[in-house]
Amino acid sequence: MSKSLKQFIKYPILIVFSLIALYPIFLMFLSSVKPNLEILTSPLSFPKAFTLENYITVWEKVNFSSYVWNSVYVSALSIFFILFFSSLAAFYLSRYDFKWNAFILFFFMLGLMIPMKLAILPLYMMMLKLGLLNSLNSLIIVYIAGNVPFAVFVFYGFFRSLPKDLDQSARLDGCNEFQIYYKIILPLMRPSLAIVGIVNLIGVWNDFFYPLIFIHDDAKNTIPLGMLSLFGEYDTQWNLLFAGLSISSLPMIVAFLLASKQFIEGLTTGAVK
Amino acid sequence: MVLKEQEVVEVQEKVLPKPTKNKRSMKRHFLHLFLLPALIFYVGFQVYPILTAFVNSFYSFKGMVRQDFIGLENFIRLFTEEPYNTIFTNAFGHNVIYFIGTVVTKLVLAFALALLINSKIKGREFFKAIFFMPKLLSVIVVGFLFSLILNPTNGALNSFLKMVGLAEWAHPWLGDPKTALYTIILVNSWYGIGFAILIFLAGLQAIPEEIYEAAKIDGASGLKMLLQITIPMAMPSIMIMTILTFIGSFETFELVFAMQGSSGGPYYSTDVLALFFYRLAFGSVDGGDAIGLGSALAVVLFLIICTATAISLFFFKRKEIEQ
Repeated sequence: MSKSLKQFIKYPILIVFSLIALYPIFLMFLSSVKPNLEILTSPLSFPKAFTLENYITVWEKVNFSSYVWNSVYVSALSIFFILFFSSLAAFYLSRYDFKWNAFILFFFMLGLMIPMKLAILPLYMMMLKLGLLNSLNSLIIVYIAGNVPFAVFVFYGFFRSLPKDLDQSARLDGCNEFQIYYKIILPLMRPSLAIVGIVNLIGVWNDFFYPLIFIHDDAKNTIPLGMLSLFGEYDTQWNLLFAGLSISSLPMIVAFLLASKQFIEGLTTGAVK
Repeated sequence: MVLKEQEVVEVQEKVLPKPTKNKRSMKRHFLHLFLLPALIFYVGFQVYPILTAFVNSFYSFKGMVRQDFIGLENFIRLFTEEPYNTIFTNAFGHNVIYFIGTVVTKLVLAFALALLINSKIKGREFFKAIFFMPKLLSVIVVGFLFSLILNPTNGALNSFLKMVGLAEWAHPWLGDPKTALYTIILVNSWYGIGFAILIFLAGLQAIPEEIYEAAKIDGASGLKMLLQITIPMAMPSIMIMTILTFIGSFETFELVFAMQGSSGGPYYSTDVLALFFYRLAFGSVDGGDAIGLGSALAVVLFLIICTATAISLFFFKRKEIEQ
């Protein structure tokens, strides 16, 4: 086979597999703007009439507006606290020389290899005792607890690469330790904050397992759990199902299109986990 | 490093106005507040529950209340008592098939695609991004989406097959116990392939170009270069992906739950250990002592997964030393 032919043959292969990767997602959005009958009779065709009705119905009738709000609330608070607590802890572990630091770092790293879902039974009982079952705060708590190790791991690596002279000169300027963290370090660590934030955002936004266990009140559903009620209640109205799936996926896809580089970098960093 | 830190402290002591000893130690105490929030959440809601799960597996339960210490009784029942042992073996077998099936489909395909993307082609970042797209969806969304696409009567796949004249291929993919598990494995491969491609690409990019040039001068064929240079040199990334796939296969829950329900239908043909655990712990398999049995199952799963992770950590360490 000549070299140019070999080179040429690569594109059709890649394109065929790209289509396989994209088509189901495309079909989801396509079906979400079709009336139900059309989806059922001709699932592959383009919509004869474009309609946003499905979205409006799902938004109003199926309580999706509150699912979205719940997801936003849980994701925003979880990610804020994960970033804040973990960066402070990593700052402590990398900047000061307490004798237990090596041990604590190792202790956090253990969390990277523990399959946390297996602690769900004791967690459930704890939440029951704390009166947090059926509360969105229970989700925020487990997301913080579960994601701190990875964030500490990334931030610690970042701080190690940052010269300590910076802190020193700030100290001479009269900054206290928290001001050093807040005014000097934090602005410098934006790229790693973005990466950790994105990895956790995908995980938290898409999580289904913890809401399934902790939340039993439809009004408190996050989007993925809302999907379960939607599929339970409207299993014959595929137009609504597709619209629900699309609403659930749209935010991440839009974010990805805006910052695909950070997404890809972040999730490859996550591989170490 | 240590010396440097000491120097810094010394300089600091010389230059900074000396606070009184009391004030200094007050300041040191204040520093611990940096560590505390992360540590409290991590210990309170991750380490403590995991340890509790271990302890609980040695106890009998009445509903949610812990009763007596019964040693390994829960484990023994799980492995020897009907119906638990049958369900366990059945589900465990599916986890193993899930793992092997994912390696064969997702990893092999991802490696081939990574090779293509890594060769000199245009639009490399574009293809990377496209293959990565499915990973942005929630697993539960993927499961529900494909349960619609694979629906035997109205689903897109069977309609497509009929449209292109392959009507006899149309099949109730998820309804037939013979094909259901493999169908789920393929869906899982669709979902995770982009991530595998990224990891493999990182591995392939680390191989220096000169090696290939030297091999070409020696007259090595393309296949020979693949087998003797590319695959051995990309071995770290292959190992990482294999181990991650193993962990993922034994943790798998959402995809099967969304597509086949909590009992891994039809007829338990797609049941996996995490579903069994879920039914034990939160379903109504056995009201009385389900918590003890569930905890024992969690510990077994924990040990399976941690063994794999430990092997991977060992592997990472060795790699670091070699470099």
